[in-house]
Formats: sequence, structure tokens, C-alpha cells
Amino acid sequence: MKTKIAIIDGNEATTHAAYPTAEVCAIYPITPSSNMGELADQWASEGRKNLWGTVPLVAEMQSEGGAAGAVHGALQTGALATTFTASQGLLLMIPNMYKIAGELTPAVFHVSARALAAQGLSIFGDHQDVMATRGTGFAMLCACSVQECMDMALIAQAATLKARVPFIHFFDGFRTSHEVNKVTLLSRDEIRAMIDDDLVLAHRQRALNPERPVIRGTAQNPDVYFQSRETVNAFYQATPRIVEDTMAQFARIVGRQYGLFEYFGAPDADRVMILMGSGAETAHETVEHLLKTGEKVGYIRVRLFRPFSVHHFLAALPATTRSLAILDRTKEPGSAGEPLYQDVITALVEGASNHTLPMNAMPRVIGGRYGLSSKEFTPAMVKAVFDELKKEEPKNHFTIGIDDDVTKTSLPFDPHFIIEPDQVVRAMFYGLGADGTVGANKNSIKIIGEETDFYTQGYFVYDSKKSGSQTVSHLRFGPNPIRSAYLIQSANFIGCHQFNFLEKTDILKNAAPGCVFLLNSPFGADEVWNRIPARAQKQILDKKMKFFVIDAYRVARENGMGTRINTVMQTCFFAISGVLPRDEAIAQIKKAIEKTYGRKGEDVVRKNFEAVDQTLAHLHEVAIGGSLTGAPIPPVLSPKAPDFLQKVTARMMAGLGDELPVSAMPVDGTYPSGTAKWEKRNISQEIPVWLPDICTQCGMCALVCPHSVIRVKNCSESALADAPESLKSAPLRGKDVPPDARYVLQVFAEDCTGCSLCVSVCPVKHKEVSGRRAINMEDKAPHLEAEIANVNYFETLSAAVPGAVDLTMAKDLQYLDPLFEFSGACAGCGETPYLKIVSQMFGERMLVANATGCSSIYGGNLPTTPWTHNADGRGPAWSNSLFEDNAEFGFGYRLTLDKHTEFARELLANLGGVLGDAMVREILDAPQRSRADLIAQRARVEALKNQLRAIDRPEAKHLLPLADHLVRRSIWIIGGDGWAYDIGYGGLDHVLASGRDVNVLVLDTEVYSNTGGQMSKSTPRGAVAKFAASGKQTAKKDLGLLAVAYGNVYVARVAMGANPRQTLRAIAEAEAYDGPSLIIAYSHCIAHGIDMALGFKQQKLAVDCGHWPLYRHNPALAGQGQNPFQLDSKPPTTSLRDYAYNEVRYRMLSHSAPEEAARLLELAQEDVNKRWRAHADLAARTS
Amino acid sequence: MDMRTTYMGLKLKHPVVVAASPLTGNIDKIKRAEDAGAAAIVMFSIFEEQLRQEAAMLESALTAGTDSFAESLSYFPRSDDFSVKPEAYLKLIERASTECDIPVIGSLNGITNEGWINYAQSIEQAGAKGLELNIYWIATDSHMSAADVEQRYLDIIRAVKSAVKIPVALKLSPFFSSMANFARRVDEAGIDALVLFNRFYQPDFDIEEREVAPHLSLSSAGEIRLPLLWIALLYGRVRCSLAASRGVQSAAEIVKYLMAGADIVTSASALLHHGVGYLSTLVNDLEFWMREHEYDSVEQLKGCMSQKHVEDPTAFERANYIKTLGSYIAQMRNPR
Repeated sequence: MKTKIAIIDGNEATTHAAYPTAEVCAIYPITPSSNMGELADQWASEGRKNLWGTVPLVAEMQSEGGAAGAVHGALQTGALATTFTASQGLLLMIPNMYKIAGELTPAVFHVSARALAAQGLSIFGDHQDVMATRGTGFAMLCACSVQECMDMALIAQAATLKARVPFIHFFDGFRTSHEVNKVTLLSRDEIRAMIDDDLVLAHRQRALNPERPVIRGTAQNPDVYFQSRETVNAFYQATPRIVEDTMAQFARIVGRQYGLFEYFGAPDADRVMILMGSGAETAHETVEHLLKTGEKVGYIRVRLFRPFSVHHFLAALPATTRSLAILDRTKEPGSAGEPLYQDVITALVEGASNHTLPMNAMPRVIGGRYGLSSKEFTPAMVKAVFDELKKEEPKNHFTIGIDDDVTKTSLPFDPHFIIEPDQVVRAMFYGLGADGTVGANKNSIKIIGEETDFYTQGYFVYDSKKSGSQTVSHLRFGPNPIRSAYLIQSANFIGCHQFNFLEKTDILKNAAPGCVFLLNSPFGADEVWNRIPARAQKQILDKKMKFFVIDAYRVARENGMGTRINTVMQTCFFAISGVLPRDEAIAQIKKAIEKTYGRKGEDVVRKNFEAVDQTLAHLHEVAIGGSLTGAPIPPVLSPKAPDFLQKVTARMMAGLGDELPVSAMPVDGTYPSGTAKWEKRNISQEIPVWLPDICTQCGMCALVCPHSVIRVKNCSESALADAPESLKSAPLRGKDVPPDARYVLQVFAEDCTGCSLCVSVCPVKHKEVSGRRAINMEDKAPHLEAEIANVNYFETLSAAVPGAVDLTMAKDLQYLDPLFEFSGACAGCGETPYLKIVSQMFGERMLVANATGCSSIYGGNLPTTPWTHNADGRGPAWSNSLFEDNAEFGFGYRLTLDKHTEFARELLANLGGVLGDAMVREILDAPQRSRADLIAQRARVEALKNQLRAIDRPEAKHLLPLADHLVRRSIWIIGGDGWAYDIGYGGLDHVLASGRDVNVLVLDTEVYSNTGGQMSKSTPRGAVAKFAASGKQTAKKDLGLLAVAYGNVYVARVAMGANPRQTLRAIAEAEAYDGPSLIIAYSHCIAHGIDMALGFKQQKLAVDCGHWPLYRHNPALAGQGQNPFQLDSKPPTTSLRDYAYNEVRYRMLSHSAPEEAARLLELAQEDVNKRWRAHADLAARTS
Repeated sequence: MDMRTTYMGLKLKHPVVVAASPLTGNIDKIKRAEDAGAAAIVMFSIFEEQLRQEAAMLESALTAGTDSFAESLSYFPRSDDFSVKPEAYLKLIERASTECDIPVIGSLNGITNEGWINYAQSIEQAGAKGLELNIYWIATDSHMSAADVEQRYLDIIRAVKSAVKIPVALKLSPFFSSMANFARRVDEAGIDALVLFNRFYQPDFDIEEREVAPHLSLSSAGEIRLPLLWIALLYGRVRCSLAASRGVQSAAEIVKYLMAGADIVTSASALLHHGVGYLSTLVNDLEFWMREHEYDSVEQLKGCMSQKHVEDPTAFERANYIKTLGSYIAQMRNPR
């Protein structure tokens, strides 16, 4: 039978084997495992059947804890059930895993292993998550490559049915889960042959069944629990042999042979390395290389980590071994060693004591850590470990891959030890997320992988920012299977798809001698040499590179493709890399275009075809100049930036974070706030330009700017005496304004993302030019130099804001500093304007508990973060605990604040005799609601602190650090709808019910935005989302009314694009309310499939059609005999369709299933009608 | 009473046809039109430009933000299932052609040669008995001469005619400097019918928002004058069929159009206003009028007031203008 190859990633490879052997999948999205669940859901929605001819049921749960519970229930009732997860998700499954294992239930959990949140969160790969579950009783089977993901998934499923021990099948998150590689697909027949139906039937026979009822899950007492726990031993003892037999069965059926522990290396090796996961591939490649140089080395690849078979391990170990290095991709602080190290030590000691060691003497053993959070693990590191084993006193408990200059654990390695095989084409591409580079490269891999005998590999490195993000693609093509599980170190082709990257990133650092360099350049072949930085010129000359240019943007633009230069650059790659004959490559590109875009319409295909044809005419080789005429690389940061940023942050920004030593890192994950402002990203080609003469100074543009780029101050004319001529200002409008007062609006041009939301909300219409506003988008380049000077001046402009400003008026609020600025959120983000407003209103006394999600990523992802402080150094104190616990986390803040405020008041009262009763009473009795109140109180507290420093009494000593609590603090619990509606709802409900004074802000995008658009319970009926590929069938959960039902919770539903005043009022009222508050804020999102520039118009339509009624429920009004529920929007004036069908999330279904789309839209309209009636009824109550 | 007529070779039971409009938007509406007695229906138009915009919008929205950030490499389910090709439209033609007894005429508004040809063939394959080309395009390019504009029309007609076997009608705008000449050339190019005239999209201004605003109003009886004139002038001078469009409010307008020489009269505005059931009223009233005025058949009525058949042909030319103007001045002097 002809084998079928496919170019897929580890997640898809896993799902290929997991899906057909499952009946039930209970899932929950978490990076990097999400797309396994998504694929399963997708295939189920397409009607793809499992081995037994039925379509598996795929259910999205509210959390991984829920998914594990559902899997447990499904298993107990006889289904073949599975789940896909990672990291914190796997931790949430642990309680159920003990149950599933304790009850000897066959099941496989597929895990793309990922780091755990400790001092910081990381989405990247290591084994911390799976190692945290090793006490559960699950067997642990590790796949080391994309092919193995598929094979081990099947072997695990076949083995679990035989063993009755449940399995975790795991592989490295991102490095394997997201690596695209050429694999041989398991056929349906092969999968079928591996699964024994008698075992499936036996599993079903054990199911709970009222026809033959049993009791399972009893509570056991000291008399029998212990013995019961020991009953499973025989099953665990049998499992390694079962897995071995299953691997042999697999080899017979499929032809690929695996072992529990596989040794590769010199038969007489004296030094052996032991490890599991993708690192084993790199070890293999390195050992192969070292053997050629005569080194006596080898390595053992661990596949079945648990149950750990001492017998099989010792059998795999060469008898000549004198020293061993055990590498763990995890960390267990305080342990005697990491898990694999400990198990190996145990095995060796047992072997020594029962004389089963293959060697005469106990080998020397060292253990070390590598690769945490996808840290690179390269051949140089493998070699360094082998070199260490040569030493008389090798370092134990070492680290490799970092510079630990504090506890000196790290081994040195030679970064120049590079063994990339010559016959492999190694191509790197630097692109923008938005330019389609990654998509084109995935296509290229498919073309080469499917149309040639070459093996292919693709791995993609993404940015920490969601807008203007850089991507780096690493593509390898070669005649042999590609094992290099690390980034390209020596490239023979480099494509730079953005000209300005040359200045920001050392693009040519990894260029091999003779490397071909392709640059997308606005400058032609005759001009470009003098335009590139001297650093790049030197590298081109030193490495004797070939240099090609194309103006890809021009070719794309002229062919109607806007800024999508992917096809153009892909064509160039094939034209000059020589991977395929040019004509064949062009034909294949066109075939791929047809496949990718065919369903999207002929026009898209035609444009791409034309772009391909036009490209070659515009591609030119550059005659390389002989001298270094280019500019030097400018510093990453302004010299004014603080010391920590210069020493640490700047290195991360320059892409040199890997070189930072341990000593540079904060020990407890604490970083300075206010760092985003130093990173001038310049990601937009356009900026808003203000027309002061026609501006009404309403403040709307500043209010809505998602990136806090539009700033406003007012000052006297004389204050502008030495301003740059280009600084714009206008006479300040308003009543009782001094005649010389000026209004200054400044656009922070270098920080703007070009979203143009400011223009969309400007109410001013130019009298002479239709469509022009008081602020308009224009090309940035002609303005940039002047605007940089203007910003520098503007920042020095002091402008006091009076205490009596009305926070609920945009025209007043605009003068307050945003303490959330320049985030890396998507351009035009619908969430960040709310955060900015809250930071303006309360930032200097605000604590934020932020649920994991978009807002924790754009809010807290290194290197630079947007939460900042004012000129006095005060600003929001921000932290992220987890996804599921955020309400409780913020509630913990409240408990501390309540306790410390109470304690401070007690101490203050006790000090009355010393401080004077008048001062004490004044502080204790001060009103603290208005901004003016709080300014006055802060002054009193400052005076108090001054006095306390001089008082030598224990009360004073304790009061001094607590005195700031005497100024009322503002607690904000912030997160998205995935948190509030789903995973965190239980905690949120409890916190709201507590009656304590916390403010909850739900940034409701109606979908899991951060993990890529999965359905939440906030998703409206009829919208398409991942896990709801056929449109969500049920109505959106009404979180607001659930909270209203408590009676004592302030609840508001807001949409600033529809009614900014109502939004500002709600936020101010919620904060002022002495009890729990919940604000549900409509946040347009890229996952809605809209033009983000029209986000606020969509918000207005959402309100106009009744999908998003605006209201405020203020329990304080009930105390005054009024109806606490106030509806702030009018009855629907338009249909849901008028709003919904502007969004691709709704529209998609109308193309794929028009009748179903129409049915769901009708039901969704009914939802809207019902919701409106319910709200109107509440508002109609008299009290 | 013989109400039958022939329109580009299609034998129809009477001359009243439902025009391209939302009245033919789905199978239920089409069936209601048939139940109301329509002789044929013209489907709403496929707008190639709209399909292109939809494709561009989907492409842009589905790729926005993708492959940029490691956690969210896409925002929508992978779907090979959806399409922006006019499949729903074609399926509707297919169903209507199968489930209705009256002829279904497709309608197409293309902007590229491929669009015209491909969609025309698809419409034919879906079972349409005829095709109406709705060239809905304003010549805004000042470098394009009148001859260029006319040539473009002729090219489209020839391309479509060579691609399909079903009869093809052309719905025209009235803005040709030499309509008679152009109609003749279109006729010679092989068109099977002329539909006079389409209601050009003429944007309005929103004076509060200071924006150009789309505006579409239903037609009124006064709008029949221009098509009436040109049908009367072209009747007997072109080989192809003539269809009247615009301004039908009652049977009176239908009578006038038939007298001018129309083979069919299409209605949308009146049916949208009164409901599709009004179509039977129009047909009954037409029959009543013919009976009252002792006509035996539609064929007898057809063209009786055309330029060819009036005793004073100049009444349709300059003298007619003078007469109209004169009557207008008289009206102004003696307001009613």
C-alpha cells in the first residue's frame, strides 16, 4: 500500500490518531494545545467518523477541571474519552486524574507540554506541567517529534485499553506541537488494526449501568484504604511490558519500531546522556556528529517515563558506561534532583544493590536542567554536557543554555559549535504578522514537502506584541529526515520582508558564508546599498553574500493585494533559492494559491496569480558596494531610560534576552512599571493629524484611543513660549476660561498603531471638505521628525488638573494622565480604552488583579508593559495570578486592604495623644468620594507620615508603612468573558455575593480572544467561533442579570462606542459604590471579523439593535426609594441583522450554511427581543 | 381575450412580468409571485462587484491578526466549507426553475469579462430560461469617449451571447447620446431583448452628516415617459424584443407601454408597495381595459401608438418637445 505523507504539526499529528479512537472529547482551550481540540471539533462538525463509524461528540467545558470531570464521567459510563490540554490546564485536571487512575480506567490525555506560571507565566514548552502529575498514577509516554506524536498517540490508546492504566501522551509545546514536519500518515486500517475491540467492549462492560448497578467511588476508612490503594500494583507492573508489546505490534503493522528506552551511540560509549522530548532529536543529531569524530558517546531516549521500568532502563544502558548525564526539561525547586534524574538514580542504585547493573561499577551520574520555556537546546549544549562528563569532577545539578552567574550552575558551551548539515537548505524569513509571511512559508513547506522527495521542517517564532508584531520563520529542506529541533543557526537563505527590520534586528547574524539575502526594499538595486545599515553591509561583505531586492509592497499594491506581500516574497524565494526549478516552483505556487484562496473567490486568486507573474520582473540582484557607507545602528533605548531598562529591558528588546545572566533577573518576578513608553515601535505608516482650528475640544479622540497615543493638556500661552514651532495648540474653549489659556493636543506619533478609531469618533465635520474631521489620518513620514520634537516638549509641559474635574465628562477626563499606555494590543483594540479610562480616573490609588487572557498579555508581557505611573511615581499596582482564580485573587487584595486600613485607623486613633486629636479626627472622618476629597486626604496623610517618622513609638513604626491605606484605594478585578462567564464564574459569583467593595471589569469580546477565538458562554447565538464552527446554538449568558439578582451588587452594562457618557458614569458610580460592582463592557475584537476602524460604530449598532442594552443597576438608589435599575438605551431601532451581518463571525455561516444561518439569526433576534423585554420590565418598576 | 405575448422567444401567458427586485429573493417569494399570476420572473441580480467585495472582506477579516501571535494564530475555525461564489443564487434559480411552471430569467451585473461569461454560463446551467444583463455602470472616466462606452457594451453582449444558448436581454440606461443608433447596433450584435430602462443609482447627499448617501426610491407613474418614448421609437425598427421597465402603478401604464410596442412590462415598485398579489389586479385591469376598448389580443394592442404607426411621426421628435413645453406653460398659467 502506498504510504500517504502529510505536512502537519505535532498537534495535528496527535489528533490524527486520537480522534478516530475517541467517542467523547471534553475540551477547553489552552495554548499550545488548543488546536488539537479545535481540530477535533472541526472534524466532528464536518461529520468525520471514528473507527466505529460514528462521529465523536466534542464538548467544550468551562475549564480544564470541567473537561477532566466530563472525561471522568464519560469514561465511567463506558465511552472512549479523551482530552487535550497543557500547563495550568493539566494542573486543574489533577484531582480527576487521581480518580481516573485509581479506578483503573483506560484513557489518554494528550498534552503539549508547557511551562507553569511561577515567577511569571510562559506559554512555551517544557515538562513542568506533566511532571507535576507524575503522582497521579497516569502512565507517561513521550513523543519526541511530529511523527512520534501521531505514533505515540495511537500506541498510548492501544496500550491503555490493555493495561487499564490511563496515559498522558505528551510532547514539547511549540517545539513539537507547532513544528511543521513531513510525516507518514497512519492509515485508517493501521489505526483500526491497533485497537482491540474486545478491550473496547470490556471497557464498556465495566461502565456504570443501572441494569447491573455497582457503587464506585466510595469513602474508605483507615481499615481498608491502604490495602485498596495497593490493589493496582499488578497493573502498573504489567504496563511497561504491555507498552513494549504494543510498540512491537505497531512495528509489525506500521513498520516503525519504538522502544521504552532507546539507546543510540557508540556500542562502547563511556559517556551517555538520558533525556526525553524534542531534545532527544538534537541529542541524536549531535551524537551522530560526535561519533564521526571518534567520541565514545551515546544517549538514551526515554519514551515511557512512567511506570518507570528499571529493568528496561538498565537493559538499554551500554555496559561500558562510565558516566551519565540526565537532562530534565523541568525544575523542582528544593528537590534532591529533577524527576528523571531521581528515577535514574533509583534505578541505578537498585541495579547495584540487586546486581543487575550492566556495568561493573556504579557510573558517575550528574543531572541538569535545560530548555525551560522553550529555551533553545542546541548541539553545542549537547556537546557541552558530554564534555562535562569527561571531567574528573563534573558539575551536578547543572543548567545548560543559560548563564547562571549567581549559583554557578550553568555549563559553558561554545556557540560556534554548529553542525547544520550542508545538504539541508536552511532558510530564515523575517516578516510582519500582518504581511502574511508565515502563511506563505507554510505553503512553501507544503509545496516542497508534497512535490519533492525532500524532507521539510518549519518552525515559527512570534512576537510578544499583538500589533505590529515580527515573525521569524525557520524552514529546513533536505534529503534526510530533519531532526534539528532548534532554530536555524546558520542560514543559507535569509529573507527580510520589512526594510526597517534591518535597523531593529540583527537579521544577518545567522547568515552562513555565501548566504542569499533577499530584502523587500522601497529602494532599487542601484540605491539600496547605501540605504542599509553599516552592520548589514559588513556582514554581506564578510560572508560574501548574494543580495537581491524587490519592492514587494509596490508589486502587491499594483496587483490589488494591499499590504499582503506574502505571495510576492514567496515567489522571490523560489526564484532565487533554487530549491525547485523556477518554472515548476511558479506552477506549484499557483496551485497552492488556488487551493488556499479558491473558495474565497476568483478575484483573490487572480490577484495572487498576477502578483506572481509580476514579481520576477521586479526582482533584482544588487551589485555589492565595496565600502561601509550605511548608518550605524541607533541605540535601542533613549539614554534617559532608567538603569534597569538600559541593562535588562533593552537587551530583551534587541532580541538578546537569551544572553542575560541570572543575576540580571528580578528574583521574585517583580518588574518596574511604565516601560512601554520607552519602546518606540513606529509600527504605523499613518498617524492622526489634528486640525486645531475646527476642533471643538470635546476629548472624544483622546477618550477612545486604545493606545493612549492622543494626549491633551491645557496651559497658558506663556508656557508655550519656547515650544517648537510645529507644536499645535488652540485657544481653550469653555466658560470662565482665562483669555490666554491654550488647549494642546499631542499625538505620540511613534507609539500610534494607525487604527484610526480617533477619526471615526470625531464629531466635527470640515466645512469645506466632505469626510474630513478635526483629526484625520495622514502619512506619518512627513510629520515624524516634527512630532518627535513636539512630544518631547509636550512631556515637559506642566499642566495641573484641578480637583473639581467631572470624571464623567470626556472633555474633563482628557486632561488626566492615562496610566495605561502604548500597549501591544491589537491595533484598534476594543478593550484597552476602558482600561485607560479606569487608569485615568483612579490609577494613582488603584490595584489591579488581572485574569490571564488578552488583558494580562498586552498588560504584562515582557519586555515592556503599559501600566505606568504619574509624575509623582504613583500608579496602578498590577498583578496576574491565574485564569481561573482572578476574582478570588482580587478579593484577597480587598481582605488585606480592609484589614490594614482598619489596623491603620486603630493605630492612628491610638496615637491621638501624640499627633493631636484634631489631626487624627480629620483624617479618620475625611470624606473620600470625590477627586477633590482624595487630593485633600492625600495631603493630610503625607503630613501624617512626616510626623510619624519623628515619633519613636511602636504604633508609629507600624503605622508609617500602613498610612497610605488611609487614602481610599480602588480595587479592580479585570478579565475577559472567558474568565468571567466560564472558568472564573464560580469565584466571581462568590466574590460578588460577599458584599465587599471590589470593582469587577469584564472586557466582553464574546469569545476567547487570547487563545484564538473559541466560544465562551458569552458568545451570542448564531456567531461562528472555534468549538462552534456551525454557529453557536444557545443564547448568550446574561451575566449582568445574574448579578442584579443579588440585589446588593452594582451592575452596569456599557459600550463606549454607543454612549461614552454612560460608560464614564457607570465606571465612576461603580467605584464610588461601597460594595461589589460589576461592569460588563462591550469590547469589539479582531475575533469578530470586523474592520477594527469601525469598532465603535459596531458598538453603537449593537446597542441600537438591542443586542447590547445599556443599563446601570445601582443598589444605592434603592436606599433612596428609587428603582435601582436604570435602562440607558432606547428600544431597538434596527434589526439584529443590520448589526450582526457587518461581522464575519455571523456572516461566515451565511456562506457555508445559509438556511442554518437564517434560522439562528431568527432565534437570536428572539433572544434580543426577550432580553429587551426583561430589561424594560426591570426598568419599569417603581422602586 | 388572447393575452399571450412572446418575449425573446419565450411564450408567456400575458405581458406582466415581475422585475428583478427583492420580490424574487427566495423560493417562497418566487412561488408567491407565480401564485399571483406572474407570466415570468426576472431574478434579482448577481452583482459581481458585491461578490468581489464580499470575498475581499472575508479574506481581510479572516486573515487579520493571524500568524502574528503565538497563542492566537487564527481567530476563526478552519473552514473549507464556505464560499463567496453565487452558489445560493444559482441554487435558487435551480429550485425556482424546477418548482415553478413560469419561465425564470436570471439577472447579472458583471464588471469583468470573466465575470460576465462565467456567471452567465452558471445561470444557464442552473436552468434559467433567459438572462438579463444589467449593465449598471457610470462612465466617470473623462478620457473615455462615448464610442468607447458603447463599444464596451457591445463587447459584453458578444461575449455573453457566444457563451450561452439561452436568450439574452440587455437592460440599458437612457444616457446614450444616440439611443436609436446604439439600439440598432446592440440589436445587430445579437441581443434578444432590450429592457428600457434601468433605474440608475443616483446618490443623494445627507446635508446634516455632509456625506454622500445611497438613496433608492420606488418608481412613480411619471417615470414611464422616457421608456415609453424610446419603446415607441424603437418598435418595428429593431429585431429584438422590447421590455418596459419603470413607473408601472396601474394597468394604464401597462396599456401605454404595450401601445408603444413593448412585448412585456415588468413591475417591481408597485408590487413592493401593494404586495405581490397586486399583480393579478394589474392583469385583470389590463384585460378589463382591453375588453372595454374592444381589443381581442395583446398582439393587436402592441405598437399601435409607436412612431411607426402614428400618423404624424414627428410627434415623437422635436415637435413633441414643443408640445410638451407648451402644455407645461399652459398649466403654469392656469393652475388647477
